[in-house]
Amino acid sequence: MNEILFPTPDGAIMDRRDAILSELAAIASPGCLIVSEDERRAFETDAFTAYRRMPLAVVLPRTTEEVSALLAYCNRAGVKVVPRGAGTSLAGGAIPQEDSIVIGISKLNKILDVNLPDRTIRVQAGVTNLSVSEAVSPDGFFYAPDPSSQLACTIAGNIAMNSGGAHCLKYGVTTNNVLGAKIVLITGEVIELGGEAFDAPGLDLLGLVVGSEGQLGIVTEATLRIVRAAEGARPVLFGFDSSEAAGACVAAIIGAGIVPVAMEFMDRPAIQICEAYAKAGYPLDVEAMLIIEVEGSDAEMEAELARIVDIARAHNVSVVRESRSAMEAALIWKGRKSAFGATGRVADYICMDGTVPTGQLSHVLKRTGEIVASYGLRVANVFHAGDGNMHPLILYNVNDPADQAKAEAAGMDILRLCVEVGGCLTGEHGVGIEKRDLMRCQFNDVDLDQQMRVRAAFDPQWLLNPAKVFPLDGRLGAVESAA
Amino acid sequence: MMQVLAPETEAQACEAIASARADKRTLEIVGGGTRSGLGRPVNADCVLSTQSLRGITLYEPAELVVSAWAGTPLREIEALLAGKQQVLPFEPMDHRAIYGTDGDPTIGALAACNISGPRRVRSGAARDSLIGLRFVNGRGEAVKSGGRVMKNVTGLDLVKLSCGAHGTLGLLTEVTFKLSPASRGSGTLVIEGLDDARAIAAMSMALGSPFEVSAAAHVPSQQRTLLRIEQAPDSLAYRLEALTGLAKPFGHARKLSDPDAHEAWAGMRDVAPLADSKAHALWRISIAPSRAAAFVADMATQNIAQDYFYDWGGGLIWLTSGLDAGQAATLQAAVAKAKGHATLVRASDEARAQLHVFQPQPQAMMDLSGRVKASMDPDGILNPGRMYAGV
Repeated sequence: MNEILFPTPDGAIMDRRDAILSELAAIASPGCLIVSEDERRAFETDAFTAYRRMPLAVVLPRTTEEVSALLAYCNRAGVKVVPRGAGTSLAGGAIPQEDSIVIGISKLNKILDVNLPDRTIRVQAGVTNLSVSEAVSPDGFFYAPDPSSQLACTIAGNIAMNSGGAHCLKYGVTTNNVLGAKIVLITGEVIELGGEAFDAPGLDLLGLVVGSEGQLGIVTEATLRIVRAAEGARPVLFGFDSSEAAGACVAAIIGAGIVPVAMEFMDRPAIQICEAYAKAGYPLDVEAMLIIEVEGSDAEMEAELARIVDIARAHNVSVVRESRSAMEAALIWKGRKSAFGATGRVADYICMDGTVPTGQLSHVLKRTGEIVASYGLRVANVFHAGDGNMHPLILYNVNDPADQAKAEAAGMDILRLCVEVGGCLTGEHGVGIEKRDLMRCQFNDVDLDQQMRVRAAFDPQWLLNPAKVFPLDGRLGAVESAA
Repeated sequence: MMQVLAPETEAQACEAIASARADKRTLEIVGGGTRSGLGRPVNADCVLSTQSLRGITLYEPAELVVSAWAGTPLREIEALLAGKQQVLPFEPMDHRAIYGTDGDPTIGALAACNISGPRRVRSGAARDSLIGLRFVNGRGEAVKSGGRVMKNVTGLDLVKLSCGAHGTLGLLTEVTFKLSPASRGSGTLVIEGLDDARAIAAMSMALGSPFEVSAAAHVPSQQRTLLRIEQAPDSLAYRLEALTGLAKPFGHARKLSDPDAHEAWAGMRDVAPLADSKAHALWRISIAPSRAAAFVADMATQNIAQDYFYDWGGGLIWLTSGLDAGQAATLQAAVAKAKGHATLVRASDEARAQLHVFQPQPQAMMDLSGRVKASMDPDGILNPGRMYAGV
């Protein structure tokens, strides 16, 4: 496996660094331009830490107008821009390149308006995911997408990656929960997409921008749907003697017409790692575990659980453990949501994100184990089973280049497998640089060319997050797109 | 007689579009023809029909997913799903009643026109359930986006972009929808005698309750406010009772009989209260619920609104008016001021050619949309002018 390539920095831009910095200084508010090497270092990578590149400069604008002026300048000067939320991307979506500047929106972090009767909230896009829910939780509402990084990650990043989370089985992902966005194009034009009302007129450019990985513009504000929380929610642990049985149980539950709020899967290594960290009371003597969350009144939860337990028993469930208190419920979720962090305590890892048809879960789990073992490495599986979005964590030693190459190669094999069985490369983390060179596994040249032509309609010079998503060779720009 | 092209395979569709492009001929895309009044009239050289692109290509009940060629009649798909107690989540409107058309609505049109119904307020529109797409672009190339899994962020989302583009970006050939289990029970409460503002407050209360109200509509002409819950029987009984309690400040909430409720919601979905109206214009207005009553009052004061009702808890207004360019402009300007948008869903061909069928957009949006259109259909041969002149 070759290391992921970055484009060769543009020497002409590198040579003009001083001039570029003084232009940026004229645009940015005092204290918003970061030029020193020490301070820039905090921005040279994201949560895909195996790769890093030092940007020319970092700007943290305070207003949409500043973002507009910055992008207009970069467009005129031909300077590449890497947008950044909180830098929690697992796919390298926010990793800079040497001839780029980083524009981070973390200072745009205000809640602008809460509208409970219309069940909407308007925010600046640098607010964290969790703070949106916290703003409305006293009134019994929440914002549905809940990625594991929700304490840190921003709404702008969620929009860029179309983030999901454990609860999207019932409530949908980011694209289903964003009503509007204010986006700054590379020209500096500010455009309102969607808004307070459903189904905006004209082309669904909002739907296109969600999940576009910072290639079409920088989102500075968003109008989000908020949802009233159920009367109660209860996660229940189900232990199984094999991963196959747990996978089959998931398919049977959905097939029976039950869509729980969440169905999370952990295999034995993941259970051991998370239990050691969170002390959540996970069963340690099982091969696989499901966390299934049900919602409603006490009686409703009992009734739905009874149906789920019946199905689980038909799949030889060995342990059923209900949370008996809010604290136990919180611990169960803490264990799951800290899975990545907990894994980081025992080894370095790369986290895959392919989605497969749920009927293929058992097969893909088995093959994943075989693939990783064939490289002499270990894997822990923890993922959203209800929608088939798998997260194999491939454990390796980051200080051993050979080990890292093996881990990356195993990851690529797993993603190819996901596509082969009818799934996709990424369910919620995005392509970034990590899966960029695998795009031709899922798409042919015609598919990719069409996506690139659409991209060029927004950014004909390929200045916005240019080294991401699309393979570096065979790119189409504005000239070709007009042909 | 206009030439009708009816490809039987995606490859034939590619050839048809590629040769039309080479010959500089424009194409009007039609499915079952039941929604042909939706959008601006298209004056194209040929008709390109999906009628022969038929067949269900994938149905996995345990994965809640169905795929079909675009011309597949919707009734075939709904019958198949019903056998497994599953549904398309967005409760698609049937436009035959308002247009007086017959024929078979197709699955492709649900995607092309981003159709939805009363359940949109909880479960989203077609766009929210459409997870995969194959289409032929204006170059005659077959393109794939999305897939058959419900979480997929691989590459740009051309699925969302194409959904609701009314065939201006490509000929949809195969669509894949995620499904939901059919509810095991449904109950509807009715509150009578509320004025518009009070009714919208009641609907906001209900939709903001923990009881997962799946539809909320208000029909002023019948003085009825309807609230629907879809749950399994035990849960349904509990929630209806709880919601009745919450609704007390708004009046007595009475449960409709199941046949009455079914008829009422089919009527909301298909705009039955206004379907037979002799008014010249039927508008579909999307707006924040809290702004809806004031907007309607304004339209009534200006003698523009004739009859109307609310769906989506007030977020959707169906409204009839006279057909006068000045009135249409006034209405669309007022909607814009209320941060909503209005679509002229039914009017004469002549009127739809002259007026803004879809809410006018700022020039920067139109320019961007024009560039996106050109990236998919460089010569503008697909449904020219269907949405906006030039797009």
